[in-house]
Amino acid sequence: MPPQRKGAAARVSEDTEDLTRHPLQAILLADSFATKFRPITLERPKVLLPLVNVPMIDYTLAWLESAGVEEVFVFCCAHSKQVIEYLEKSEWFSQPNFSVVTIESHNSVSAGDALRLIYERNVINGDFVLISGDTVSNMSLTQVIQEHKERRKKDSNAVMTMVIKQSKPSPITHQSRLGTDELFLAIDPQTKQLLFYEEKTDSYRGIIPLDNALLGDNPSICLHNDKQDCYIDICSQEVLSLFTDNFDYQHLRRHFVKGLLVDDIMGYKIFTHEIHSSYAARIDNYRSYDTISKDIIQRWTYPFVPDVMFSGNSATHLEREGMYRASEIEQSRSAHIGPFTVIGKGTKIGNNSNISNSVIGKGCSIGSNVSITGSYIWDSVTIEDGCDIRHAIICDGVVIKSGAALEPGVVLSFKVVIGQQCIVPSYSKVSLYQQPTVEDSDEELEYADNSSGTVDSSITCTVDTLNREMMSETPASQLGPGGVGHVWSICEGAHEEEWRHSVAPIPADKLAEAIQSLEDDLELLNLDGNALSVSGELKSGCNGTDSEDDDVEDSRDDSIIYEKEVEATFLRAVNENIKVPDVILEMNSLRLSYNMTSADCAGAIFYAMMKQALEIPHATAGELRKSAASIIDAWNKLLKFYSKEIDDQIEVIMKFEEMCLESVKEFSPHFSQILHLLYDKDILEEDAILRWADEKKDAEESDKVFVKQSEKLIQWLREASEEED
Amino acid sequence: MPGTQTLVNELVTKLKKRRVEGSQETALLTAELLRSVISQLKVPPTNQAETLIEAVKSVGELLVAANPVELAVGNIVRRVLHIIRDEDFSVAISSAGGDDRETAEQNGFRVQTVAAGPPSRSPSLHAILDRTPDSERAHHSSRDGDSFEGKGKSADRNAESWKLKHDVIRAVNELIEDINSCHEQIAEQSVELIHQNEILLTFGRSRTVREFLCAAKEKRRSFRVFVAEGAPKYQGHALAKDLGARGLQTTVITDSAVFAMISRVNMVVVGVHAVMANGGVIGPVGLNMVALAARKHAVPFVVVAGPHKLCPLYPQNPQVLLNEMRCPSELLQDGEFSDCMGVCNGSGNPLLNVVNPAFDYVPPELVSLFITDIGGYNPSFMHRLIYDYYSADDLDLQKRSNS
Repeated sequence: MPPQRKGAAARVSEDTEDLTRHPLQAILLADSFATKFRPITLERPKVLLPLVNVPMIDYTLAWLESAGVEEVFVFCCAHSKQVIEYLEKSEWFSQPNFSVVTIESHNSVSAGDALRLIYERNVINGDFVLISGDTVSNMSLTQVIQEHKERRKKDSNAVMTMVIKQSKPSPITHQSRLGTDELFLAIDPQTKQLLFYEEKTDSYRGIIPLDNALLGDNPSICLHNDKQDCYIDICSQEVLSLFTDNFDYQHLRRHFVKGLLVDDIMGYKIFTHEIHSSYAARIDNYRSYDTISKDIIQRWTYPFVPDVMFSGNSATHLEREGMYRASEIEQSRSAHIGPFTVIGKGTKIGNNSNISNSVIGKGCSIGSNVSITGSYIWDSVTIEDGCDIRHAIICDGVVIKSGAALEPGVVLSFKVVIGQQCIVPSYSKVSLYQQPTVEDSDEELEYADNSSGTVDSSITCTVDTLNREMMSETPASQLGPGGVGHVWSICEGAHEEEWRHSVAPIPADKLAEAIQSLEDDLELLNLDGNALSVSGELKSGCNGTDSEDDDVEDSRDDSIIYEKEVEATFLRAVNENIKVPDVILEMNSLRLSYNMTSADCAGAIFYAMMKQALEIPHATAGELRKSAASIIDAWNKLLKFYSKEIDDQIEVIMKFEEMCLESVKEFSPHFSQILHLLYDKDILEEDAILRWADEKKDAEESDKVFVKQSEKLIQWLREASEEED
Repeated sequence: MPGTQTLVNELVTKLKKRRVEGSQETALLTAELLRSVISQLKVPPTNQAETLIEAVKSVGELLVAANPVELAVGNIVRRVLHIIRDEDFSVAISSAGGDDRETAEQNGFRVQTVAAGPPSRSPSLHAILDRTPDSERAHHSSRDGDSFEGKGKSADRNAESWKLKHDVIRAVNELIEDINSCHEQIAEQSVELIHQNEILLTFGRSRTVREFLCAAKEKRRSFRVFVAEGAPKYQGHALAKDLGARGLQTTVITDSAVFAMISRVNMVVVGVHAVMANGGVIGPVGLNMVALAARKHAVPFVVVAGPHKLCPLYPQNPQVLLNEMRCPSELLQDGEFSDCMGVCNGSGNPLLNVVNPAFDYVPPELVSLFITDIGGYNPSFMHRLIYDYYSADDLDLQKRSNS
């Protein structure tokens, strides 16, 4: 007995020593401040939704406890009563060396508000872990906290360390497997400092606007699009005061992180820590719910897996092929349960039913000939005979009458009843509650969950009466005979995006569509290029920019923008009577900034001049020619400056030809006259015209229109040169 | 004094969360916990043994359920139960309860004060067979206690209850001692088994194996050791480092090279997770392959195992969870495979699946010899050892709760 007590005493003293050194604290936000899980979150807070039959918050708390966090402040807002009640019932309040304290608020609408409130409470007295209650992880915090502390010693401005993990986004849909948008991060490869954070970008082109200073200030930066933000942050106390100082910070990433990155007055820095072999992910939407459930079943989150009782979950056994079964299951002999399935305690499964890749909660009863694929069925659900359920989320107490079918992506909230033979279309969301009116779906929608959440709680007391009313009200047609619930209409904008965040795998047609649009986009880019190169194949040849396909595309883009710029500059010059040398100066700077040759310049200026000529009102073709002539006359010097070389002059002719063919057909009858005019004005030399004619000799008939038109001039020039010889 | 309940809860959470690694540590923690459970239990004057057994069983059941994969927990619980039965039995023998209970108690007290030493700590089959005549003999020889009748009844009663508890605690202490010292006991036998200039092969990491090899080295045996690295935990690397530091000639090979190297090896020495009643062993994954290679080349396959590894259950028992599926990220990093992990085939089954079992089962036919702390045994002799250490009533810890 004595040695035993000594051992215990030693352990305790060790712990107290730890406590005095760094009592590691954590803030757990038990509210997502988002509406992605509606309509389910109208009735139950997101953190209490079961993830593989265990409430999400248990994963987070169990992980915090195992990672050595000693004090957790659980911030509850929407449905705060439910969260507190749950925690009181669970064993989390009675853990040794792990204290859980709840902080309740009714008027916080964002993470920013929550942190400001916690700052006022003055409970955090050191570095802390900031996470939300829907995080699943098994990473060890020791290393990241060590790194954070060491950085803080050297640089007190290093206020936050963000945990990231490799995750490649799909090139087709531009979202990660968690259903979040492609994330772009710029990180200093040496110091791991975060320099840039952008969640959504122009998805097809992948254009990220980077600040020049970013490149200037840092000797090297690494740009990543294959990282996933785990939403696990190690923060210093300053973070809380920063939120208090900047009362407009709401969102942790969109406002706080970006705010710190952009605002360099205070010089606060954010660093990153990449984890490799451990797991960390946050449930942001239905798709991540699906992905993370699958990861848990495939044991990536070990030891937080169903057959290890890390919280108060019931004993579950792992059988072959990733089948988890709790006790007291009544299963018919003919029922077939496929791999990667979890079946909860006391569930009954009837004859010839087929279940695969699904999670089924406690006390469900499943009839005969039911087929369930990739679905998440919570507790006490009744599914009658012959139902077909694919990729759906079905909450507690739902009744699905015989012969009903759910198409992929359906979400059935609590206690909904689906009538006989009813087919629920894909991506429908059914709830006993009416859809909130459109009013709060404005910009603040992101934070509206809570505000309406408080409203919801007032509703809950009258829910029963409401239910009864609704039962009579509900149009039976939508949910079949005897159906109870409201089908939420999907708002216009969101409909297209619904498949992105749904539990259902991305349907093949959407995928094909995405690939198609990707290809279209590429084609469009090519078309742009082609449009130019109809006559510009040679042009690009003289440009010398056809080094790589990508480059060509880029330079095509650039040349279009460039031409516009030149046109605008020229227009200004005409209107404001700017002198030729000044215009040349401006043109030069434009040319340099777009990295163009003087041939491009000549072409663009000529194009602008012709456009200008067209602008001058003209009644007859003759007048048009005259105005063109006058403009050419006026800006003779400018054009000459850029068309000193034969190549430049050829470019001008080409450009003119192209114009006549496409954009400004008005000039096409006057092609030869204007060509002659340009010759007379010494802008074009005879060599240029002759070479142009020679090059066009082998061209197609359609391309030769203008050569033929100016046949006379060319003939005359030829003869003249021969005579000279 | 911390309540028993908190201590139990503490270990249960530890086991549940897989925070105790290694069967020796688990065994020690379990034994220490049971010892404090016994010491804090208020024993009624009657049915002492029954009460103790009840208490230990209920705690044991919780512990076993917390981590059914770690067989050492169940082994220790059964060992302690056996100790209680055994002590109760020996008390009964020595006290030889006459016609009234007081006499028996008197006697027990006297035996205790005299401290005549434990009659049989680990009773052999003989003791069990001799039980009835023994007790009867005791019955007859218990007449001298009559003279004490009527004196200090309550004091005697306390003393008697204290006596059983005391004996049990002393025996549990001995068990803890045994577990602690098993490495030395096993290591002592190494000189007899390892010969000069031999080549040994081991697999994974085992403290017992390390001590076993080092002991031979200290006795100036020169030999070489091949260490198979033991993917995916690569504990062989750590073992090789330890051995190298202790001055042994060590060569690290991959698990897949075992078959290629086995022909040069004189003996395979491995540590295991558990030894089953039939003489089969549960060891780190890949052990069966090593055993098969050894059999193919007729190399002796020697298993070193402490007393806590002896499991009285048979591997075909449905209660025995032979395996634990560990985290797939020990094999590959999900980040690098993130793009193919989400992909599913038509029926929603993931195309990429990673399985990482922790244990392997090696049938008794492939094991040549067991080295335990009390000597070397043949696999077919294991059941005999087990019947010395465990009583058949305790084999099923969970059955009682179901009924």
